[in-house]
Amino acid sequence: MDTTAKTVRGRDRYKAGVLEYRKMGYWEPDYVPKDTDIIACFRVSPQDGVDPIEASAAVAGESSTATWTVVWTDRLTACEKYRGKCYRVDPVPNAEGQYFAYIAYDLDLFEPGSIANLTASIIGNVFGFKPLKALRLEDMRLPVAYLKTFQGPATGIVVERERLDKFGRPLLGATVKPKLGLSGRNYGRVVYEALKGGLDFTKDDENINSQPFMHWRDRFLYCMEAVNKAEAETGEVKGTYLNVTAATMEDMYERAEFAKELGSVIIMIDLVIGYTAIQSMANWARRNDMILHLHRAGHGTYTRQKTHGVSFRVIAKWMRLAGVDHIHAGTVVGKLEGDPATTRGYYDICRETHNPLQLEHGIFFDQDWASLNKVMPVASGGIHAGQMHQLLQHLGEDVVLQFGGGTIGHPMGIAAGATANRVALEAMILARNEGRDYINEGPDILQDAARTCQPLQQALDVWKDVTFDYTSTDTPDFVPTATAAE
Amino acid sequence: MRMTQGTFSFLPDLSDAQIAAQVQYCLDQGWAVSIEFTDDPHPRNTYWEMWENPMFDVADAKAVIDELAKAREAVGDRYIRLSGFDASHGWESIRLSFIVNRPADEPGLHITRENGPGRTIRYTTRAYAADRPAGRRYA
Repeated sequence: MDTTAKTVRGRDRYKAGVLEYRKMGYWEPDYVPKDTDIIACFRVSPQDGVDPIEASAAVAGESSTATWTVVWTDRLTACEKYRGKCYRVDPVPNAEGQYFAYIAYDLDLFEPGSIANLTASIIGNVFGFKPLKALRLEDMRLPVAYLKTFQGPATGIVVERERLDKFGRPLLGATVKPKLGLSGRNYGRVVYEALKGGLDFTKDDENINSQPFMHWRDRFLYCMEAVNKAEAETGEVKGTYLNVTAATMEDMYERAEFAKELGSVIIMIDLVIGYTAIQSMANWARRNDMILHLHRAGHGTYTRQKTHGVSFRVIAKWMRLAGVDHIHAGTVVGKLEGDPATTRGYYDICRETHNPLQLEHGIFFDQDWASLNKVMPVASGGIHAGQMHQLLQHLGEDVVLQFGGGTIGHPMGIAAGATANRVALEAMILARNEGRDYINEGPDILQDAARTCQPLQQALDVWKDVTFDYTSTDTPDFVPTATAAE
Repeated sequence: MRMTQGTFSFLPDLSDAQIAAQVQYCLDQGWAVSIEFTDDPHPRNTYWEMWENPMFDVADAKAVIDELAKAREAVGDRYIRLSGFDASHGWESIRLSFIVNRPADEPGLHITRENGPGRTIRYTTRAYAADRPAGRRYA
């Protein structure tokens, strides 16, 4: 791989005709990124015979100022500043034909506070560029100067906990099942039973909007009856994520206003509504003291395959900027894709004030989050009470654990299912705080707790052998290497 | 009705040894432990009465347990909770909160519904005990 700089300068650079991208100033191996640059790391898979440096320079060019041929109008601009500069290309370990390309972009290329603008450049035309077999956006470094142009999460983990008066343990939720078909009245029954039994939240599923079997107003009204009644039964603050996803912004605002009028503490949206709509709803949520839950519906179409698309860690970063309070980020042990180390990287992006570069978790850059609020990750999909020690180990304390089937599918009923989950959780937190080896003693801790909680005993009996042990497709490319102790 | 605010309300009431272990966990994290009490278990009753200031410079759980014994003697007919407060930047709030004392009888909360326009309902939740004057609700 010839990595030397080949940039042509002066009048030869602007002679009409076609010039290689690496000669046009999009490959600058000596460039040192500025603190204010946005940096992207792409996984580039060049077509056979295409030089990896040229391919990477093309990505830099096509995601910033370049077109396929030289244009003299570059000379009307401070074009060297505006060029995206690829400054480093590394072969991907153990993956022939793939390269990590690091590209720096000047801050002035981007409109302040707009995910739509950022993504139009970074994942715009360039993903269909013919000389590449495939392209994947692995990670981004977002400078503090850029972060400060975003509102960030409307509520954030700390204020969410203060509003809910719930500290020191993961929050518990459940998605109402079946996903589709329940009437508003029957739907509210599930919500009431689950909240009364001990969950903090219930949740609309991503595709519950306003269908013939249940229109949205009916759902909201019955759900809020359930929430208020459960609060009175338990003395706790309860919530249900009312999905306001709809065809237009006007519809979404109408639904959100109704949720507010009814006193809901939380609403939800789906990722498929788009970046601009998400930012609008985040602004609305901040203005109206509303927690904003984001269901990542659709992300698997572009996050799952390692060679092409956008890594979920990048989506998580964009969503922290865009201003959501909750985001589904994987369970590790459940039914949906999620390698432990990669998932840990997502959780760190949501919850930490600073992410150090950590390749074994898929984190390619140091990222300072300034004082942007933290996003509460949500673990949902195929988890149950018997996994509580593993969930706490992998996901920590600031997370919403959502047991849909694991609550509603309980043999003694929904409320019993909720109680089983809550007792399992509280027993595990108690044991961890007491200094017990809860990871190894987890099954014993659960069995002990079940002695005074029959619903937990039944949950453990029914689901004891349920695991989803499949190989992940999206795994880190780097493994930790042993270093000498200091 | 068992009011289930706080982290361990779904478990059997904690013994003093169990409470001490949780307090020690808080202290070991560098959090200040505080004691609060109330006779109004409304879920949005945020400001329970403070049993003195948070105990900022305590290293041993025993000091907290001794203080809790005094609180129980004075207001043991009411709810008492312990909270661990983390003053570090980016949190500056409570990290753990759990009930360590509750009234012998918990009559629970009453809910009233007021019909509004368009099938909306205004809900009001009120502790049955709150019908009596503060300080004499669970005596």
